[in-house]
Amino acid sequence: MIEVRKLVKRFGLKTVLRGLDFDVQPGEFVALLGPNGAGKTTFLRILSSLARPSLGEVKIAGYRLPGQAAAVRARLGVVSHMPLLYADLTAEENLRFYARLYGLQNPEPRIAEVLEMVGLEGRRKDLVRTYSRGMQQRLAIGRAVLHDPDVMLFDEPYTGLDQDASTMLDIVLKSVASQGRTVVMTSHDLARAEDLATRFDVLSHGVITASTSREGLGSSNVLTFYKQSLDA
Amino acid sequence: MNSPSLARSSFVKAVAAIVQKDLAAEYRSRELLSSMMVFALLVIFIFNYALNLEPSVRAKVTAGVLWVTFVFAGTIGLNRSMAVEKDRGCLDGLLLAPVDRTAIFFGKVISTLIFMLLVEVIMLPFYGLFYNVNLFNPGLLLVMLLGSIGYVVVGTLLSSMAVQTRTRDILLPIILFPIIIPILLSALDASNGFLNHLEFDLIQPALGLLVALDVIFTAVSFMVFDYVVEE
Repeated sequence: MIEVRKLVKRFGLKTVLRGLDFDVQPGEFVALLGPNGAGKTTFLRILSSLARPSLGEVKIAGYRLPGQAAAVRARLGVVSHMPLLYADLTAEENLRFYARLYGLQNPEPRIAEVLEMVGLEGRRKDLVRTYSRGMQQRLAIGRAVLHDPDVMLFDEPYTGLDQDASTMLDIVLKSVASQGRTVVMTSHDLARAEDLATRFDVLSHGVITASTSREGLGSSNVLTFYKQSLDA
Repeated sequence: MNSPSLARSSFVKAVAAIVQKDLAAEYRSRELLSSMMVFALLVIFIFNYALNLEPSVRAKVTAGVLWVTFVFAGTIGLNRSMAVEKDRGCLDGLLLAPVDRTAIFFGKVISTLIFMLLVEVIMLPFYGLFYNVNLFNPGLLLVMLLGSIGYVVVGTLLSSMAVQTRTRDILLPIILFPIIIPILLSALDASNGFLNHLEFDLIQPALGLLVALDVIFTAVSFMVFDYVVEE
């Protein structure tokens, strides 16, 4: 579903990604782990067509980036630590706006379905500015799945959430992943990554330095795997 | 429906969605219009006392004072319009949509233009009141429309660049004002012509130049917007 070959991204003289290779099969949930400044967010921004690669090849669902970016974007749902929502619109109005941008025909039943999925049907007519951070993040996930994308990218979705909001987000994320979508999530929360993902990749100094499936962990855990791959 | 008309339809729908969203958000917050309006009113008020002119001279400076007011108030509008998109990551939300990115540009241009024209139309009677000048001239309204189109087109493109920086509020006027000088000078010439009731043949060159500049700046913005917003 995602194929990345020898990806390089430079910002001026600084090289952030250094010939990164990455493959994700349909239905996989990949947790992308790594220290701050490793290039995780830059990598996700390239996958989501918000940044251009300096060199290398990126294909999502068979479409190349940046050449076929519009086709990629139609199959992509992105959630970051920013909500990407308008504070002066209601939840319903935000989703209706994005439904129009994604060209959804008859969006109202889908909007109702998504609001129910993220548990906000009772607050659908409230302005987003009145929402807590956790509610905004759940609505952000609703926005990202509105057009039923094949691939979901989550960039640190737990940032700024308290324990209750994180638990609620767990439920929503599991629901999103259980629908057969391909998911790539960056996170510093190793316990949550271990709970959700089927594969764990470590990105360090601009390349993938280690990768293992859930089965590959054996009796070990993600924390041990992560520390070993950084020490190596 | 064949594919070119499908593409055209989705382009138009995306532009309409962005304009409608901006109008709905502004209807709720009233932040942008009120700040532009108050600022424009203050500029007119300050000029009125600072210049302290004879009634006959006042008519001669009308075009200059009006356009300085519109440009200053417009900068507030441009900054605010893009800041709303950037602050909560909404610009990324727009860029992630599978629409031609120039639809985003034109959507933002049209909504900012609506706000700017609203401020201009409301400011005219106030100006007339302060300066005792009759400004209800169809020619002047045409120049205001053409000048504002050029100003907002260039301003939207540059504010989408400036908004990516930490110094966006300061940066926009610094990069915008030198570029809009040709638009501003043509608008001033044409406005003066209409206000002084010159023959249309004498106003036509400035008006023609203003139209040409609008077309050129729109075409250039159309071509480069995608590159400006992508990292």
